[in-house]
Amino acid sequence: MTESPLEPTVTEDPEYFHQVVNCQYACPAHTPVPAYIRLIAAGRHTEAYMINWEANVFPGVLGRTCDRPCEPACRRNRIEKDEEPVAICRLKRVCADLRGDVSALMPDIPKKKNGKRVALIGGGPASLTVARDLMPLGYTCVLFDNQKRGGGMMRSQIPSFRLPEKVLDEEVGYITDMGVDTHFNQDVTSMKYMLARDFDAVFVGTGAPRGRDLDIAGRKEADAKIHIGIEWLANVAFGHVTSIGKRVIVLGGGNTAMDCCRTARRLGGEDVRVVVRSPFKDMKASPWEREDAEAEDIPMFENHVPRKFEMKDGKVAVTFEKVRAEYDDKGKRTLVPAGEAPVVMECDDVLMAIGQDNAFPWIERDIGINFGKWDLPVLDKQTFQSTLPRVFFGGDAAFGPANIITAVAHGHQAAISIDLFCQGKNLAERPHPAVTLVSQKMNVHEWSYSNDVSGADRFAVPHADRKKTLKDMKMEVELGFDVKAACAEAARCLNCDVQTVFESGRCIECDACADVCPMSAITFTENAAEDDLRAHLNAVSNNREQALYVSAALPTGRVLVKDEDVCLHCGLCAERCPTEAWDMKKFLYAAPKTACFTKTEKTEDEAA
Amino acid sequence: MSYIIPRFRHPCTAPNGIGYTRKDYEGALSTLCAGCGHDSISAAIVQACYEMSVEPHLVAKLSGIGCSSKTPAYFLRQSHGFNSVHGRMPSVATGANLANRDLIYLGVSGDGDTASIGLGQFAHVMRRNLNMLYIIENNGCYGLTKGQDSATADVGSKTKSGQANMFSPVDPAGLALNIGATFVARSFSGDKAQLVPLIKAGLHHPGFALIDVISPCVTFNNIPASTKSYAYTREHMSAADVVDFVPAAAKYGADGAIDVKMPDGATVKLRRLPDHHDPRDRAAAADAVMTTRERGEVLTGLIYIDTDHPSLHEMLDTTETPLRALGEKELCPGAKALEAINRNAR
Repeated sequence: MTESPLEPTVTEDPEYFHQVVNCQYACPAHTPVPAYIRLIAAGRHTEAYMINWEANVFPGVLGRTCDRPCEPACRRNRIEKDEEPVAICRLKRVCADLRGDVSALMPDIPKKKNGKRVALIGGGPASLTVARDLMPLGYTCVLFDNQKRGGGMMRSQIPSFRLPEKVLDEEVGYITDMGVDTHFNQDVTSMKYMLARDFDAVFVGTGAPRGRDLDIAGRKEADAKIHIGIEWLANVAFGHVTSIGKRVIVLGGGNTAMDCCRTARRLGGEDVRVVVRSPFKDMKASPWEREDAEAEDIPMFENHVPRKFEMKDGKVAVTFEKVRAEYDDKGKRTLVPAGEAPVVMECDDVLMAIGQDNAFPWIERDIGINFGKWDLPVLDKQTFQSTLPRVFFGGDAAFGPANIITAVAHGHQAAISIDLFCQGKNLAERPHPAVTLVSQKMNVHEWSYSNDVSGADRFAVPHADRKKTLKDMKMEVELGFDVKAACAEAARCLNCDVQTVFESGRCIECDACADVCPMSAITFTENAAEDDLRAHLNAVSNNREQALYVSAALPTGRVLVKDEDVCLHCGLCAERCPTEAWDMKKFLYAAPKTACFTKTEKTEDEAA
Repeated sequence: MSYIIPRFRHPCTAPNGIGYTRKDYEGALSTLCAGCGHDSISAAIVQACYEMSVEPHLVAKLSGIGCSSKTPAYFLRQSHGFNSVHGRMPSVATGANLANRDLIYLGVSGDGDTASIGLGQFAHVMRRNLNMLYIIENNGCYGLTKGQDSATADVGSKTKSGQANMFSPVDPAGLALNIGATFVARSFSGDKAQLVPLIKAGLHHPGFALIDVISPCVTFNNIPASTKSYAYTREHMSAADVVDFVPAAAKYGADGAIDVKMPDGATVKLRRLPDHHDPRDRAAAADAVMTTRERGEVLTGLIYIDTDHPSLHEMLDTTETPLRALGEKELCPGAKALEAINRNAR
């Protein structure tokens, strides 16, 4: 507990207002979410798309497949009981679906190169992001991948009923069309060899390619019927596998397991079941992916630990031990036997989706690239530089399996590092975010944004007819919002990027803002230590993850404290302020990158 | 137009004793000037009624004319309301109260509505000890007609026009003490810690309760030379006491404070501040009002209280049943009854 009263908030630090925009702050690539949602509401889908493309590179892919850390962060969750977040991810898909021709908005690629050559190993989201961020600066990027086309795990592990090939091809194409020198169907087998070639820097974005196996009794005997999840998904994606037995058991509870079971349903699986070691509540799969699987008649079993495989008349019998989870004081889980009879399930095929590991068998260990825990490379967390200065890592290859949006964020940082490195600059002196803060006052009672936030519940994305989708591996299940639904959902956004900015020198302490605030979020009070303040505000503030906005001392010696946690950004404080001490200012935060890429002719403020 | 109240309220706002949240006591979004003290008074009324679990349908809001008299639109949306004639709110309140004593009568008036055009009605409603809370939203100027000095403006005080007021002010609290009001308080719109308990106590008081609230006019009368500005009022406030209102059911420890029992079981708990008078002593209260004013201070707090004085209904010995609940027989007892009354008067 801090003893001293709080210091006035330093709003000049861009990170302060950034953390108020919960969705953007939670996004690893810091996509300016409210800005593109407003553009969608205005029907300006191309511009909304480009805002996304600038930040997250794969809006069409991510609008379907993102892990969406933005949504649990959404302020809408917290403003009233039983509120749900804005469907940020699916709105992203809307602007991707409805965008016009973006070719003219893509960055120019200099014909005259800068003479620096960068090798990109792996063709997934991280490598492609590095290429996107370096090509416009004149770098020569040479990309190697063992698949026949770019996209990495987005192509090999995400089934086409969730991510149509066309969507992926377009967004990979925007980057490869910049003139990336691509070498597909090519395995890189030696880092030593790569380093011997004339590259100024090497980026490793090879993902976490090794699916985990389960070494239990009968594993070898049943080998023909047991498939490693990510390998099997890749074989399906590339057409090597086109069918599976009628009865399938999927082991594992993550998103790969969800993709495996749903794919199996489409390749002939009739009795497909998911069996998880842990309780359901600890399952790693995103709740919506689990719901989609359950909607396809896929039952799930919890607390079943596989102990033995047995072949019986060409079928696999899997024996499970029933367990229950116990948690110690620190929340650490142990699965202890429940003492019940073992459960035996019989099936035609087993899909093993119990995790994946990094593997760098092709990186020699005597060339200066150090590896640490779990055989992961030793990296600088900010620069992604390895112990061999010209080698950089990103995506799942850097710190282990995460997700696409994290890989993109890594790509941006690695590209910055590679650029600085190739220009002989200090990697620690990184570019700043690009920030603007502009008043939104138009006239008396007029703001340039809509503060009439919809009270509607979150809109569900419609799904195609299940009878059809289960028969067609390539038919996309989610249909996406139409324009009407997109506008209705967009109207739920609170516009948290329109910041309440307080100028203490103008305040006459009339209490008008505190009186009118519908969330009772503003208090004039004696300054105090944070715990004390939080307990004595007009409305108690328990969410310490959200800052208190504390003013400088006012003429009476009190301070103004605004609890950012539940602020609706409705603008009433500024409306009722007689001295314009409050203003509503739109905060645009563009996360640091090597450069700004989009050639937009109009900004959001310049109406179409 | 983006001037709207959002539908959301803080997720921690708990329902009060009768299941209502604060939102149920709100009104429309104010159209007064931004920063008007009156809005803070509306907010204090909302808070007091919410915390006291007042049933909104049992409140009658009455007002006259002026900025102040617009404010009943901005609180207690679900209560009865009567926006009456300029300076005539007391007579409407008297009529309503005589017809139905079961409602809580909350009158809101301004310094013009009370001390200029309405001074006569104001004086007489106090004499009669009508059971109501009368709040004066006192800003020392006629805000609705561009800020001319009102009858409560202090001598020498200037509004935005720059002209010093020449005429001696009406002090509503001093007048109320003089004329027999049984609950006299003064407060400041910018001090809810004081104002909210006073409103609660005033609503419970079994007679006429006056709260004269200094409520700065931010548009016309909030300049440095004004004696009704935010800054001046803050600097010159002199609280007579610290007031706490304790509902009937609540328990509290004795700490040397003065406890004034209300007939409905509630208690107004007062803590006298050093060198201040006993608020149960009318002469001392009147003296305190005068002497603090001479010192250039604004005496605030609960200045005087007398809960024993009979209210108008008691003095007139009127029926306890609201007229609307009486049948034709009781309301029109016929010629014989009239004759009996006339006989008594001969």
